[in-house]
Amino acid sequence: MKDFRHIGKDIPRPEAPDKAAGKAVYIHDLVRPGMLFGKIKFSDHAHARILRIDTSKAEKLPGVKAVITAYNTPELRIGFVRDNFALKKDKVRQFRDEVAAVAAIDPHTAAEAVGLIKVEYEPIPGVFSPEEAMEPGAPLVHETDPRGRPMKDNRHPLHYHHESGDVKAGEKAAKFVAQGEFSTQLVQQCCMGTAGCIAEFDMNNNLTMWAKTQIPFLAQRDFNQALSAMGLQNKNTRVIVPTLGGGFGTGLDTHAYEYIAILLAFRTGKPVKIVYTRDEEFANLSPRQSSRTKIIQGCDKNGKLTFRHAEVLQDNGAYTSWGATYPTVMMMPATSLYRVSNVYFDAKLVYTNNTYCQAMRGYGNPEFTWALENNMDQLAEKAEIDPFEFRMINCNQPGETTPMGLKVSTCGLKECMESVAGKLNWKKSRSQKKQRGIGMASLIHVGGGGRIYRSDGSGLILKLDDFGNVNTYCGGVEMGQGLHAVLILEIAEALGVQPEKVFINPTDTGTCPWDVGTHASRGAFMAGNTAIMAAKKLRDQIFEHAEQLFPELAAKNLKKYQKKHPDYAPPDFDIKQAAKRDRFDLVDGFVFLKDAPSEPWTRIELGALLRAIHFREQGQMLATEVFYDPPNELPDFEKGYGNMSATYAYGAQGVEVEVDTETGEVKILRMVAAHDVGRVLNPPALKGQIYGGLAQGVGYALYEQLQSERGRITNPNFRDYKIPTAHEMDFPIELDLIETNDQFGPFGAKGIAEPGLVPTAPAIANAIYNAVGVRIRDLPITPEKILAALEKLKSTKD
Amino acid sequence: MKAPLSFVLNGSNVTAEADGSTRLLDLLRVSLNHTGTKGGCGEGECGACTVLVDGLAVNSCLYPALEVEGKHVTTIEGLRTIDNKLSIVQQAFVDTSGIQCGFCTPGMIMTAKALLDNNPDPTDEEIREVLLGNLCRCTGYVQIVESIKTAASRLKENR
Ligand code: FES
Ligand code: FES
Repeated sequence: MKDFRHIGKDIPRPEAPDKAAGKAVYIHDLVRPGMLFGKIKFSDHAHARILRIDTSKAEKLPGVKAVITAYNTPELRIGFVRDNFALKKDKVRQFRDEVAAVAAIDPHTAAEAVGLIKVEYEPIPGVFSPEEAMEPGAPLVHETDPRGRPMKDNRHPLHYHHESGDVKAGEKAAKFVAQGEFSTQLVQQCCMGTAGCIAEFDMNNNLTMWAKTQIPFLAQRDFNQALSAMGLQNKNTRVIVPTLGGGFGTGLDTHAYEYIAILLAFRTGKPVKIVYTRDEEFANLSPRQSSRTKIIQGCDKNGKLTFRHAEVLQDNGAYTSWGATYPTVMMMPATSLYRVSNVYFDAKLVYTNNTYCQAMRGYGNPEFTWALENNMDQLAEKAEIDPFEFRMINCNQPGETTPMGLKVSTCGLKECMESVAGKLNWKKSRSQKKQRGIGMASLIHVGGGGRIYRSDGSGLILKLDDFGNVNTYCGGVEMGQGLHAVLILEIAEALGVQPEKVFINPTDTGTCPWDVGTHASRGAFMAGNTAIMAAKKLRDQIFEHAEQLFPELAAKNLKKYQKKHPDYAPPDFDIKQAAKRDRFDLVDGFVFLKDAPSEPWTRIELGALLRAIHFREQGQMLATEVFYDPPNELPDFEKGYGNMSATYAYGAQGVEVEVDTETGEVKILRMVAAHDVGRVLNPPALKGQIYGGLAQGVGYALYEQLQSERGRITNPNFRDYKIPTAHEMDFPIELDLIETNDQFGPFGAKGIAEPGLVPTAPAIANAIYNAVGVRIRDLPITPEKILAALEKLKSTKD
Repeated sequence: MKAPLSFVLNGSNVTAEADGSTRLLDLLRVSLNHTGTKGGCGEGECGACTVLVDGLAVNSCLYPALEVEGKHVTTIEGLRTIDNKLSIVQQAFVDTSGIQCGFCTPGMIMTAKALLDNNPDPTDEEIREVLLGNLCRCTGYVQIVESIKTAASRLKENR
């Protein structure tokens, strides 16, 4: 294995000291001179016509600077299918619809003013489940599509499909078949720092947005479109990303509150800040989408999968954000987790009057893996094969191309599953008694970018200064995952400098190169590949200049050295002769000739060389900009084909549980997580990603559900919406980081931000089944559901 | 009606104004410009707003500002040493990767400090027990517990 100087080393995150000191500036802390506070008036109905909005009282309240509605502002269409509006006119389609907004001198006045806005509605019957929405004659959520053509029903125009092989033949070849219907719930991302932004115009009507975003450049495009719609042609937005209090997918789209802040800032000529309170965040920020999956799989007598048939139905809510594209990722496990050649996958979405949904960590993968990995255990049982053995029989292999056309470069799935089985003492633990059980589940995820836009690219600018510092401009977003620490290691390694010399500048569309966004576990992968490209270009530049300047500098060095050591006789070596660009190296911030004897004066500090390049006639400063777009394809999602990532991450997680059959309570006794990470770049950051993902998976499995009653969120607080605390997470977690050294990964690494969440819930469900013989099909697995299932099990046995 | 208020903030006497509905969190963040303390829920559920009042960890989002009259309040800004270094507890969070997005961090560190001031040698259970009031969405708590253990052992060495 190659020896790395920096890769794989623990370095503390560069931003951690400021965070520990309370000095990091989040959107909540940011203040601009003259700043006003915006507040939104949300709908009181899930579905209603707006008859009248009376803002007169609000306008008269002292301290109020503007009150806006869709009736006195330009129409701003938002969302990637343009079916949403910043402010709603004529009709509301969900409880969180924005009907008006105010800007005032302080948050208190803004809230009071919103309370004074009176809206008259005429309620319309709503639809609150896909089934209800698809009934003949059901009320239409949208009467027309975004282009104004009448909608016949509530079916969403997006549709995802994949067929490969011959499913009929696969069914015939199956000796055993298992089927099930599995559902997942609405879940909130629950960033500890709520959503917010500040919008500010300069006197040329260009906009600066401080945004809690993971997609600064796509946000810039969205906001620029809004500026055009406001009649501000050829104006530009600069998006600046402050310290983020978590992301988890919430920053992948632009939000109505951001456009409202823009409208208010333009109206008042002052900076306007909108920050959600926690209950606003729960009720009004798009959560993870719910899903229902019907799955059937069959295998032959040896346990080899012969077919897989899956149909997904998603409640899209009233408008469209990235939740509607989860099936683009669901297709990946559906076609490519375990070897199966005959596959049918179909996913449909239906508009309802529920809250609309956006991205969250895992992005459709946890939803589908929930169904698939439960069903794998069901089928293993039918075939009377141990579920670990059953998975091993169908394990993916390096080098294979899956039915979706995914090209598997490296694959550590076998090692991951073996590791989990070994650590859990699989055979023995499967047959324990006393309501204890173990289970496992595996995963595949994009590990080498994920092309869901036309570009999957990322840029990087490295600018060297007179001190040998590397000033870095990266379009990727640090949101707590550790991107900056990893980027520093990657640059230090690739360029040959000390990590302390690498400085990362704030993410700002005005200074940083374009990046599609920090999603799909692509941050470290992309950053590393750009670092390698940029380092190569910079090293070439440095060594080119060194041909001329290095001998002079070395001679000066020697002189100085000889002054101090008069007896020193230099070895017989002609530096001028040897100074050829391809003979130089740069390590730890020193430039030297590879063949030169290692003497105190033959190593030139990078800063000294850079100064020599700069301060002379026709001097130069060295910098480079690169753009890396990984070798992957934009799949055709209606056909379900295309190699969406350059490489894929694999993993397996196992869990031991104890189920209290009196109370239905599930206690996790321990978890093991084995992940094919390609290469460990920064161990503590990597572990933090897996621990954190796993904890979110535990919440998903056992505790979390955004309760919606006819479209109204009824548990918008941490009292009623339980995320895991240190108590729920009080069990040992054993990690095994398996390095497969991927050819496309920077230094061999794959993306690893999401996988920890993906298989956690089905692993727990499989363990519960092993413990007490009941399989819960609807997330979350609550004590009530377990008790009801145990009751049913008892009555069928009696 | 605003009333004058004086108390000790991070070792210095301060005066401010507050009324009966002012929360300590807003007094600190808005009136006194100490934004190190975070608000994550405003309802006593998340612990991001934890500060020490006379050495006890409290949720500043629930604590009436007027009640700090004459008391000692310590916030995350008050933990740095006189030569402007991170305190041992803060440094332990940095070194042991107890920090991801960092939004829960000031509250976590204040809770940890209150614990270690009273119980220099806590067990894992005791650590997890006090962390119950501090939510973290990023870390899964593993490296936070490790950070507090690191802090405890470094504090012991320093004694
Ligand atoms: S802000 Fe005080 S407990 Fe959450
Ligand atoms: S580090 Fe992000 S919430 Fe704890």
